[in-house]
Amino acid sequence: MALARYIWIWVALLVLTAITVTTAGLNIGRIAIVVVLAIAAGKSTLVLLYFMHLATEKRVLLKILVPIAITVLAIFIGLTYTDVLTR
Amino acid sequence: METSEARDDSVGSRIGMWLFLLSEILIFGGLFLLYAVYRAKHPVDFHNASLALSRFDGTLNTAVLLTSSLTAVLAIYSLQELGKKRASAWFLGATIALGGVFLVVKGFEWAAKFEHGLYPRAAELLKHPPGEILYFGLYFTMTGLHALHVIIGMTVLSVVLSWVVKGSVNQKRSAILENAGLYWHLVDIIWIFLFPLFYLIS
Repeated sequence: MALARYIWIWVALLVLTAITVTTAGLNIGRIAIVVVLAIAAGKSTLVLLYFMHLATEKRVLLKILVPIAITVLAIFIGLTYTDVLTR
Repeated sequence: METSEARDDSVGSRIGMWLFLLSEILIFGGLFLLYAVYRAKHPVDFHNASLALSRFDGTLNTAVLLTSSLTAVLAIYSLQELGKKRASAWFLGATIALGGVFLVVKGFEWAAKFEHGLYPRAAELLKHPPGEILYFGLYFTMTGLHALHVIIGMTVLSVVLSWVVKGSVNQKRSAILENAGLYWHLVDIIWIFLFPLFYLIS
């Protein structure tokens, strides 16, 4: 049922938030940023797929828009970042 | 094609909304890039500066925005799937109210920073190392731009709420409600990234 699914997604988002705050408090060093960003990516995916209805979207155009944006951003940020780091 | 159909193109408006959202992602993307570069240059300063933020307030606001996303999607669901206008209006009202709670918490946080002299160009902040100055510059720019989006989102949702109550947005014509919801979720997603990057790096 759709209503129950929305509520479960919300619960999952809150649980992931709790996990990310706990992880950050653990003092596990440099790997922490990777973990919290991975969780943020996971949370965003849940919001995009279920709250923004991309999971049930039938139009191919809309389905590929977000992956395109993410690819552009990844190139954009990734290339500049490696340039700065290796200067 | 019938003219009424031509005027009421929900798919077209959805595509338009998504294109707009992509441009929003690129605006924030530029700021995230700036953040990544400065953080790589000043890792210790960023760590020290983020100690000044209240992790509790940040977590609270995350929960508030996530909940507001749930009420936004339930407002759409109530109207589109169930045809329940009153429920939809209440959920929209709850979404706007939660946006207000977010802004109040944010306001208290900003006020605390100002009290401690941690704002751009403050004499107190300029005594800090350069990385910390950059951190607070980015903090105010990014959370400020985000807060502006929250205010715009609340305004849009309020207008849509009045249309739902009036009945001009209804079960058959709900594209604008859906688009307002998409905008609100995007604001939520941006916060999902701002939260760990500013609050959880110490």
